[in-house]
This record gives sequence, structure tokens and C-alpha cells, in this order.
Amino acid sequence: MSLAEASSPSPILLAVEGITKHFSGVTALSDVSLDIRPGEILGLLGENGAGKSTLLKILSGVMPPSGGRIIFDGADYHPSSPQDAKRLGIVTIYQELSLIPTLTVAENIFIGRAPIGRFGLVSWRRMEQESRAIIARVGLSIDPMTPVSALSVAEQQLVEIARALSLKSRLIIMDEPTSALTETEVQRLLSIMDRLRKDKVAIMFVTHRLEEASAICDRMTVLRDGRLAGHLDREGGPIALPKIIEKMVGRAASELYARPAQRAAAGDVVLSVRGLRTVRDPEAPHAIVLDGVDIDLKAGEILGVAGLVGSGRTELARAIFGADRIAAGTITLDGIKIAPASPADAIALGIGLVPEDRKHQAIFAALGILPNFSIASLGSFSNGFGFMAERRERDALAGFRKMLSIRMASAEQAIEGLSGGNQQKVILARWLARDPKVLIVDEPTRGVDVGAKTEVHQILVQLAARGIAVMMISSELPEVLAVSDRIVTMRRGRITGQMPGVEANEERLMELMALDRKETL
Amino acid sequence: MSVAGEQDQRGGINFARLLMSFGPLLFLVALIIVFTVLKPSFMDPINLFNITRQISITGLIALGMTFVILTAGIDLSVGSLLAFCGMVAAVVAKGGSANTLSLSTSGTQGFGWFAALLAAVVVGAAAGGVQGLVITRLKVPPFVVTLGGLTVFRGLTLTISNGGPISGFDASMRWFGTGLIGPVPVPALIFAAAAILCHIVLRYTRYGRAVYAVGGNAEAARLSGLRVDRILVSVYVIVGFFAGLAAFVLSARLNSSEAVAGIGYELTVISAVVIGGTSLFGGIGSVGGTVVGAALIGVLQNGLQFNNVSSYTQSIVIGLILILAVAFDRWLKSRVRR
Repeated sequence: MSLAEASSPSPILLAVEGITKHFSGVTALSDVSLDIRPGEILGLLGENGAGKSTLLKILSGVMPPSGGRIIFDGADYHPSSPQDAKRLGIVTIYQELSLIPTLTVAENIFIGRAPIGRFGLVSWRRMEQESRAIIARVGLSIDPMTPVSALSVAEQQLVEIARALSLKSRLIIMDEPTSALTETEVQRLLSIMDRLRKDKVAIMFVTHRLEEASAICDRMTVLRDGRLAGHLDREGGPIALPKIIEKMVGRAASELYARPAQRAAAGDVVLSVRGLRTVRDPEAPHAIVLDGVDIDLKAGEILGVAGLVGSGRTELARAIFGADRIAAGTITLDGIKIAPASPADAIALGIGLVPEDRKHQAIFAALGILPNFSIASLGSFSNGFGFMAERRERDALAGFRKMLSIRMASAEQAIEGLSGGNQQKVILARWLARDPKVLIVDEPTRGVDVGAKTEVHQILVQLAARGIAVMMISSELPEVLAVSDRIVTMRRGRITGQMPGVEANEERLMELMALDRKETL
Repeated sequence: MSVAGEQDQRGGINFARLLMSFGPLLFLVALIIVFTVLKPSFMDPINLFNITRQISITGLIALGMTFVILTAGIDLSVGSLLAFCGMVAAVVAKGGSANTLSLSTSGTQGFGWFAALLAAVVVGAAAGGVQGLVITRLKVPPFVVTLGGLTVFRGLTLTISNGGPISGFDASMRWFGTGLIGPVPVPALIFAAAAILCHIVLRYTRYGRAVYAVGGNAEAARLSGLRVDRILVSVYVIVGFFAGLAAFVLSARLNSSEAVAGIGYELTVISAVVIGGTSLFGGIGSVGGTVVGAALIGVLQNGLQFNNVSSYTQSIVIGLILILAVAFDRWLKSRVRR
């Protein structure tokens, strides 16, 4: 590992010195400095709004800084565009991948520089062979002639890293690379990062996931409110989480995933699912289908559903919510059999869903906060003639704004202007306005910064205390453990385990989520 | 980035926001000033009312098109549908499809203007509904369905009229195209009333909210319990209804339903909506913008004509204005985002 190499430090590859960035009067970055050497993984951490994205945009050539200077490879670095930054040797891999889904892996790797054979035509054979070698560097053994759309997110990410390597990149910046990956995929990515480190590639790892940062990073730079909160060094062992958190939030870590206060015992079973199976979509033959799921959800409890990506947890939520077709099985709500054929049916019955992909499935980006809030309750916010009762609507929003402490300027404000946490609170308010019996939340704190995560957890506990049956799907085990009264684990479309929240621990859950074995239920 | 985003709330760049909502209107005012300076008689009330009469036909369809484009759809069939509905109205009004050019209002066995109007809007709405069903049930993109509709409706028009016009309506029907209430042309009043109605529907009703939501994010709309397909069908019904209404007014004004009526109208209509600031990607736009967009095109055509600019040059100018309007909109949005 690089610890051994620390005795003979390589020259600094990138030095950021006193960078400042103003946006018409607002200071997004103020006097931030950091440096990174070849063969080093530097973690860049900070809550949403800390200035990470601004710094990334400057480094990747999207925009210039207002002040300070950057030295890359011994020379002044001021890229005129992202292409220019790439040419100079800095590649940024964003959460939204930049591969072209309809083209093959090889075409994506060689885009704009396809190998030319005889007669000036593209040499497909060479392209295929070279691509195979390039993706092998990141441990991929897929056929390079596969279209990118057929790959998983994790594989696509690796292809993008491979492409960066083939461009002789000296510094790879990864923006939240693990947020869409399963636990095993994360492990694979981390081991590849470790391999690249040995190849003397410098990696800047931007992440929310502190455990991963702690496991892999040699050093960390933490930003807070656009300023440098501090640098952390590995001192003979991984950088301790409490130290990172304290730097990030400026408060003690014990508050972070603190289990919310004890609550009342759960009530009667509200939602009962038996033998639920979903239809295999002929257009997506590899998609997960539910394979006989039994589940009970009681009033006033939070049921945590833990599973890796592809375990069927989201499919379970969608099936109950009427968003996907059901092949077999029964769903009972308050003792009455239901068969919602659409989300509209499920909503009318008193079920709400906060979907996992906020941007694509929940938010109306072009609209203001008010219409985003009331969209699921248009009936109750309008009179008999179909006219909106805007006064009532605004009052309701004002109530939830206070209850959930949504930080917003006005009801007209574009919802995109809110932070992830506040957007999520608006979506929660959307469902609370309907006073649902059952609320399903899928990855409720994805893309939500550390401070606001706790707030979302507290809200879920409050809702359960009001008698709502809450089903929380999450791939973050600390979150599942902190919030759930009861936990079920899923794997391959089946329930693989069930236990009270207080008896669960990460190891037990991970075993049930990740290992093939006979069902014990 | 939220730090960068927060500046939006402080009003520091409200000027750009203001320009964004009133840009087309400012441009319209500027055009009127320029044309008036060039030729003061441009401001003559007779000319101004002339403009309102001219824009009312495409303006009516543009109102319906606003609904469609708000859902990120498009309807290319409106010009042909207008001709078809006009022909249906003529057949009903005249009681037959003989290509008479008799101007006598007596001796016809028709069913009167009301039946003609009803037939036009019902046929228009039904045709729109069929296209909407094909779009939602068979999952064919609106561009393709309505491109097909464009030729189908033209063919139907030619079939029922044998290629010629059907002319000569009674005075009560013609009043809807040529009449005046005070100094104001009836078509302009119909357009104004329809615009106010559409504005109210989009701005103040739950249906309006649903239209914006479906256009802004169809999947999120579905997961919020909206019946997305029904709403999509409904906007094609609405644009069809307005094509029928516009057809009735146009036939009344010309005292004739022409088989070749409305050719190319879809482009004028879409231009009006887009110049008015409605996004082709859905979810953003307003009726007010569409009215301004329609007026802008009308003023431009009339003003250029007034200054003896050839119709060839006119179409060049209007095309360039369309592109400039959208480019300006884009530029403002990028400024606001910074």
C-alpha cells in the first residue's frame, strides 16, 4: 500500500492554492487549498453546499476560479473547457455517467479517436482487441462489443474509468462513484482504486460515504461552508469516522445516527402481503422479479427493508404501490383484499411512496414548491368545480414547512433551488398531506447531506408515532439499524430474514442480504 | 450546488427573471413602436382591429396547442384538421356537399350556424381524441401520429368536398367571421374569450396543475397518482376542439370552406406558442405567452405588409424571429442559472 511509499514522497501532482469562487456576490469557495501526489487517493468530503461541486467544476474546466491558483504537473493550470482539462490529464467522472448508451463499450472508449486501418476506414478488429485490454485494467471481462445500455451502472462506471486510463490521465476525479452501487460492487471499485494507486495514478474521491472514504483514502480534505475545514491524514490506520464527521459538521458524531427516542408499541397489522410475485418484463429479462414475498406491516412501526441493489426491495414497493404488474399473490389493507392497478388506485386506498430516484420519479423540476407539494392531493386542495383552493393549499404547505422545518424562501421558489434534504422533505409533505395509512420510503436519505439525514430519520419516527405504518427501504445499514423497529432482509426477490431492530447488527443483516442460503422463515 | 442556487432567492438577478417572463411582450411593444414610426397609420384602429382579426384563427389553435406542448407533445395535424372541420361545418350548414358558389342565403336546406359550429368542434375534438388514444395506447410518438393525421385529414377533406370549396353561408353564420360588436371584430372577441378561459383553466384549476405536472415529469406524475394517459388524451381533444372552432370562424369569415385551407398553419401555430415562451420539452409556458406570441407574428406580418415587404421576405423574417426568440430564452435561462 501507499503507506510504505510515503517514506519517499513523489512530487506534488496537483496543488490548489487559495482558490476562491464568487457567484454574483455569493461566495461559494473561499481560500481553499489542497494537494495530491501520484499514487495517492485523496478524499474530498463535506456536506451538500460545502463547496465540493464548485471545486470539482473548477478542476474539470467547467468554470474558472475567481481567485487563487492551481498548479498541475509543475505548470499553471487553467483549462478553458472540460475537453481541455481532459487533454491536460485530469478526468472527472460524474454521478451521471457520460457514456453513450446506444454505442458499444469499444466505441465509447475510442470515441473521437477510433483506430484507422486500411483504406482509412475504422479497424473494428483493433478497436475490439485494444478495448479488451483497456477494460481488463479495471477488472472487466465483458465483450467490448456489448452496447453500454446492457451494462449495470457499476460496469458502466468501470468502463468510464478505463476510458480515462486509456487517455493517459494523471488525475481521476470521482464524484460520488459509489452512490448507485451495491455493496459488492463498491468493494470491487475500491479494490480497483487501490490497484490504480499502485500504478501511480492520483485519485480524488468525492463521497458522502464516510466508511468507504475512511477505508480507502490516504488523506482527506474536508470542506465546510465553502471553506477549508481541515486536512486529515492516515496515521498508521484508517482515518476514524468521528474525526471526519466532526470536521464536516462541526459537531459531535454521536448525534449522527443516534437511534431516535423510544416510541410506542406497534399496533395492528395494516398491510399484509402474501406470496407476491411480479411479471417478468420481456423487454428487461434480467430485471428482478418478486418470487413469493410475505410481509406484514403494523400501524405505528417502521419496518426496515434491507437489501442490495437487485434484491427486489424497490420492486416490492412498486408492486404494493400499483406501479408494476402483479402476477400472483395477495395484498390486504386493513383486512380487505386490494389489487391496485395503478399508483392512483394505491394512493386512493391510503398508500404513499417516496421513490428512490428523486430527480426522475418525484420532483417536477420546472415547477415551484407549491405545485410539487400538492400534486398528490389536487382533489382535497380544489373545490367541486375543479378550481384550486390556493389559500388552503398554502396554509397546508406552511404547516408542513414548520413541522418538517423545510428551509425554503417561498412557496413559489423553484424546487430545484432547494438542497436534497429539503427537496425530500417537500416530497414527504406531499404524502403527509394525504394522511396515508401506509408510507413506503425508498432510500429516503439518498443525496441528502449528513445533517439533514438525521432530520429525515426523526420525521419518519414522528410519522410512525402518529400511527402511520412506515416501510423504509435502504441500502445504508447504519440507517436501517438506527430507524427500524423491525427489519426484513431481501435477496433475489425473496425475504431472507426477519428480526426486531434491537437484535440486528450489520454483520447479521449483511449475511442475510448477500449470502445464498435456504430461507429460514 | 446549493450555495450557487441560493442567490436566486435573494432577488439579485430579478431583472433577468423579469425579462424572461416579459421578453416577448417587450419585443412586441418594440415592434409596434418601430412600425408606427415607419408609418404612423399603422396605429390606426382599423388596422389594429384588422390584426386582431388576422391572428384570431391561428391564435385559437395556438391556445389548444399550448396545452399539447405543455405536456411535451406536438400536433402537426391542426392545419389539415382545420380544413376537415371547416368542410364538415359547411356540409352541415348547407345540408350537402355540392360545390355551389351561390351567394343567395335563401333556398338552402341546411341546419343553421349552431349545428355547423357544433359539428365542427365535435369532429375536431373527436379527431384529436383518436390521435390521443393512438399516442397513449399504441405508444406511437405524437410527432408521428399527428404527421399521419396531417395527411389523413387533408385526404378526408378532399374526399368529402371533391377537391373544391363549399361556399355561401347565411348571414347569421357569416357574422361570426365578419361581424363587429362595437368596433371590435367578432373573431377577435371569440379569441379573447377563449384565451381568458384557457388561462383560467391552466392557472387556477387542478386540471391545469395536472397538465404542467405531466409535461414536467410524466413518471413522477404517474407516481403521484395522476392518470397520465387520460390527461394526454385530453390535451389532443382540446387542440382538436380549437381547430374545429377556428375552422368555423374561418369559414364564416371567408364565406367558404376551402379544401386547401390551413396549409402550413401548424407551423405558424407552433411558432406562436414557442415564441411565447412555452418549452417544447414540456412543463413550462403560459397562455399569456401564447397570446403575445400570436400577436407578435400577426403584428410582424401586418407591419411588413404595410411597408410593402414581400411575403417571401416576410417568411424569412418570421423564421429568424422564431429562432432568435428561442435563442434569447435559452441565453436568459443560462444567465439565471449562473
